[in-house]
Formats: sequence, C-alpha cells, structure tokens
Amino acid sequence: MKISFIRRDRASRWAMILAPILAFVGAIATSIILFTALGKDPALALYSLVLEPFLSWYNFSEILLKMAPLLLIAQGLAIGFRANVFNIGAEGQLVMGAIAASALPVWYPLGDSALMLPAMLLMGALGGMAWAAIAALFRTRFNANEILVTLMLTLIAVQILNYLLLGPWKDPKGFNFPQSVRFPDAALLPTLLPGTRVNISLLFAFVVSALCYVFMRHRFSGYQLLVGGLAPRAASYAGFSQSRAVWISLCIGGLCAGLAGAAEVSGPLGQLQRSVTLGYGYSAIIVAYLGGLNPLGIVLSAFVMSAIYIGGDNAMVSADLPIAAVWVFQGLLLTFYLAGLTFIRHRLIFLPSTRKAAP
Amino acid sequence: MNAIEFILAGMLAAATPMLLAALGELVVERTGVLNLGLEGMMALGAALGFITTYTYGSHLLGFGAAALGGAVLSLVFALVVLGFVANQVAAGLAIGILGTGLSSLFGKSFESLTITGLPKLALPLLSDVPVIGPTLFVQDIVVWLTLLFAVGLWAVLNHTKLGLMIRAVGENPHAARAIGFRVLTIRCLAIAFGGAMAGIAGAYASTVYTPLWADGMIAGRGWIALALVVFGTWQTGRIAFGAVLFGALSLGELVTQAGGVNIPSQILACVPYVVTILMLAVISSNRRRMRQNTVASLGQPFQP
Repeated sequence: MKISFIRRDRASRWAMILAPILAFVGAIATSIILFTALGKDPALALYSLVLEPFLSWYNFSEILLKMAPLLLIAQGLAIGFRANVFNIGAEGQLVMGAIAASALPVWYPLGDSALMLPAMLLMGALGGMAWAAIAALFRTRFNANEILVTLMLTLIAVQILNYLLLGPWKDPKGFNFPQSVRFPDAALLPTLLPGTRVNISLLFAFVVSALCYVFMRHRFSGYQLLVGGLAPRAASYAGFSQSRAVWISLCIGGLCAGLAGAAEVSGPLGQLQRSVTLGYGYSAIIVAYLGGLNPLGIVLSAFVMSAIYIGGDNAMVSADLPIAAVWVFQGLLLTFYLAGLTFIRHRLIFLPSTRKAAP
Repeated sequence: MNAIEFILAGMLAAATPMLLAALGELVVERTGVLNLGLEGMMALGAALGFITTYTYGSHLLGFGAAALGGAVLSLVFALVVLGFVANQVAAGLAIGILGTGLSSLFGKSFESLTITGLPKLALPLLSDVPVIGPTLFVQDIVVWLTLLFAVGLWAVLNHTKLGLMIRAVGENPHAARAIGFRVLTIRCLAIAFGGAMAGIAGAYASTVYTPLWADGMIAGRGWIALALVVFGTWQTGRIAFGAVLFGALSLGELVTQAGGVNIPSQILACVPYVVTILMLAVISSNRRRMRQNTVASLGQPFQP
C-alpha cells in the first residue's frame, strides 16, 4: 500500500477552514504531552493558556490590547509574503519605529503640543519603513537575500535600542534602569475602551486591515504583487516589475511594523524600554500564515495569537510555565498548520502496492 | 598577549559553531532544500548539550544528545516540507521558533550554571613555530575535528558517488529520479544530517566555547551560518574561510575593549551583522557567478 498526494482540480474550502482548527488541536495535544513530560500539571497549564484569557473582562481587554500590534504587523507582512518577498525582520522595524517615535518625547519631555502624538506616529511609521527600505535597496540593487538582510537588521536594531537605553536616552532619574523618561500625557495614545488599557491603536489595525483588503482585491498593483508571487515568470512577461514588488512589500511591511512600535511606546509602555521587543514581529509572521495570508483571516488569527500571549502570561503565574511555552506553542501551531495546508490543494490517495509480494 | 595573538588564538574556536552549522546546511542546500531553522536547531542543541554534559559530566554524551535533538527537530521539518510539500521558508521559520522556544523551556532551570570546557591540544611540531605556534595551533579537539570534517566533506561532495548523488538531486530532482535516485530519501537524510550538525554546533557553543547556559546565547550565529553558505557560494572551502573570518570579527569586540578604545560595546556587537549584510551584497551582486553556483532547485518542493 502506498499513500500519496494528488493535486486537486480546485482548492478545497473545507480544508481551508479545517486546517487552522486541526492545527490548533494538534498544537494543544503536543503541548499537553510536552508539559506533562516536564512535570507540569497539563490540565492547569491548558486551562490558563487557552480558557483563562476569556474568563474575565480584564483578560479579554488585554487580548484586544496585544491584538493591535500583531494585526497591524501581520497585515503588512502578508502583502509581502503573497508576493514571495520574505520580510522576517518586522521585529527590527518595530524597534526602529519605537525609537523614532520616542525621539520627540525624549527630547521634549515636557511637551504638551497636540501635534506631538501624530508626529510620533508618523515618525514611527517612517522609521520602520526606512529600516525595511535598507533591505529593499540591498535586494534590488545588490541582489542580497532579503530574509538574511532583514534578520541582520533586526539584530542591529536591538543593539541600537540597548545602546540608547543604557547611554544617551537613559532616564537620569530612572534608578539606572535601562529605560527612557516617562512620556508626557501629550505623547500617549487615548484609551479606546474606558477602564482598560486598550487604546486607539486597535482602530489603526482595523483600518489597515480594511485598506489591505481593498488593496489586494480591488487595486491593480495588488493584483500585480499577487501574480509576481505566484508566477514570477508570467509577471515579468506581463511587464510587472519585480523590484517594484520588493519595494512595495518591504515598505508597507516596515511602515506597519514601525507604526506598531510607535503605538507600543505611546500606549501600554508609556516610555521606551527593552520590553518593546517582545517578539511581536516574529509572532506576526505566524499570524500572517495562520490567517491564510488573507486580510480577513488575519484578523481572526491575530485575535487567537493574542489570546495565546495572554494565556502564556497567565500560565507563567498559575501553572509555573516559562514564557517560552508560548513560543513552543506558536511554533507547533505553524508547523501543524503548514502540514494541514497541503490538504487545501491536494488530496490523499491510497494506492495498492504496485510490486507483488514475494512468493 | 597582544591583539593579533589573541585573535589568532581565538578565531578558530569562535568560527567552529558557525562552521559546523554551515557545513550541515551546505549539504541540505546542495540537495535543493532550504532549512531556515538553523538558529532554532542550534539553540536546541546548545540547551540539550549543556544539560546532558552538566548532568552526566561527559562532553561526548552532550554532543550526542545535541546531535540527536537537532536531528529529531529537523525531521519534523523534513516531514512538513517533504511529506506535506509545504513552503520551505515558512516551515523553516516555524522550526526555528519551535527550537528556540524548546531551548529556553528545557534550559530554564539551568540558567547561568557553568561547566568546564575541553582542554586545548597543541599540534606537535606546528605548535613550536614562533607566534602562530602557541596561538593558532593550540586548540581543543573539536576545532581540529571540525577542520578535518570540512576537508572530508569537500572530498565527499566533489569526488565521490555520494556527492554526485547529492548534487544531482539538488540540480535536477526530476532527472535524478529518472536515473533511479530516491530524491525524497536523499533529501530527508540530508536534512537530518544538517539538523545533527546544527545541534553539535550549538553544543560546542554552550559546552566548550563558552561553557555555560544562557537563554538566547546563540545570538544570531545560526543566521550568520546561513549567510555563510551564500557567501561561500555553496563551496566547502570558501565557507570555511568565511567562518574563520567571522570568528576573527567576533573577537574584535573583546580586543577593542581590552585595548582601551572607547566605543560602546553595542556598536561593536553589531559589526558581524553589518559585515554579513555587506558581504552578502558584494557576493550576491555578481549575478552571473550567483547563477552559476546556486543550487538550481533550491527551495522548490518536489513531488514525484
């Protein structure tokens, strides 16, 4: 007996819906085995990881808070992934966005201009975009692989952050902690839901999601990007420029990540500190894939991934699991999903063995 | 010891983790598969290697556990990209995140513990040469084995039937299959080999080079190893040369600090990353040479 995959004539809608669900089940099952092997109570770990985030209004609002950066970055990345431009350095673009946005309140800690916040968001978006544009330049001008360049730029961005926080931007009254001064009120994002930490960056994320939807479905340049990713040869015969796809993908990705970074420092953090790099840039890659690189799917996957983050925070306290458990879970989720994805375009067939058994 | 002697003494050991991982990845990429999960497999190897060596007191067992862990993780990758024909870039990233997460999960209770490394061995005769003798030619056993291994790998890839099979599968999997090679089996074995090598590379970093466990200690060396394969244009010798160059570069931070030059350490820490980008640009901008050397089916899924 031989098992093999046969290409379907058309993509299976059932598989498209089932793949993420099965990936979730698979990741949970594997995590249970792993946590048990590590001597943790698997029931307690799962309860705090999967259920607890939804059991209180506070936890639920925290999901919405973390969802904003994940959604924002993932939408930007998905545009590039669809065009086969792999920007995996969103984390660095987020950090540079956060740094660029922080420059204003760090230099004017007593500022109270109403223009401060919009200027910070703009600088953050541009900072992230400029950082990604370096990779676009190296890719289009020198043919350098954007995966490696964006990743190296991330490692550099984190060092720049450390340098600023330990040196010139360190709060002189901060008891030597590596963090900047606390931002003035004029530099903080307004709250969206009263009584929670959810701020208006969630709205930005939804607006960007809507724009991405329109861009990919109804704009010719979105179509060009899509063709460029799916059939690069066909795209070049049709005169669609590959270097334009690289520039558009990386700039949009960097812009979104930079804006997310700006929203982090002017939102929940209220200052520039090391914890601005919590790995949202990497998680957003998973969010983008898990959402099927589809703007609507990404909204859903960003919510799920954000719940996992909050669940991880809970599990750290109640089930004594290190935060790395969240990374393991996310890695498993993407691995299972990629395997499940195959069933959208392929189906399994069972062939009787062609060779006769030896007599 | 002056700066030059310091770099001569340390660069081979600093290069070894990157070289081991890059040599493994070279074999994987020569069969046409791109495994971006190197950083994660190295991290897992580093954690398992340290834990095993710490617990049982044997470096050999540590390297064994690391190789096994790296290979098992890479086989998950193999199952997803070969069995399920998944996108190799995404699957590699998934494995990388998984490996990094597993390493900090397992290593959690060993944070900041230390062990003793391996003794240095002086090569007879060569170590008597003035200046370079007592520095360059006094290294631990793994360094010597790694260099020997690089020579062996060069010979296997270029002068044996096995090497021919590996290259044929990477250049044209359909033709390779037509003449009777089992493409998926060869790719799967190559991936497992690459995973084991990455695991060993991580174990060297955590049990010999800096014999301690700290979360995130691989610090981008897996990604630099990936870049080394590109710089080396998929040639064993050039990859080894690149690894030693980066080994020397990574010591620059210590040398300048010891020399009393007042540059912030964060800026010095960036030097290998910046050089990686620049080297990548210099080598890749020669498009003709890249086309000649790139493995033809790299990153493309194969379905018989």
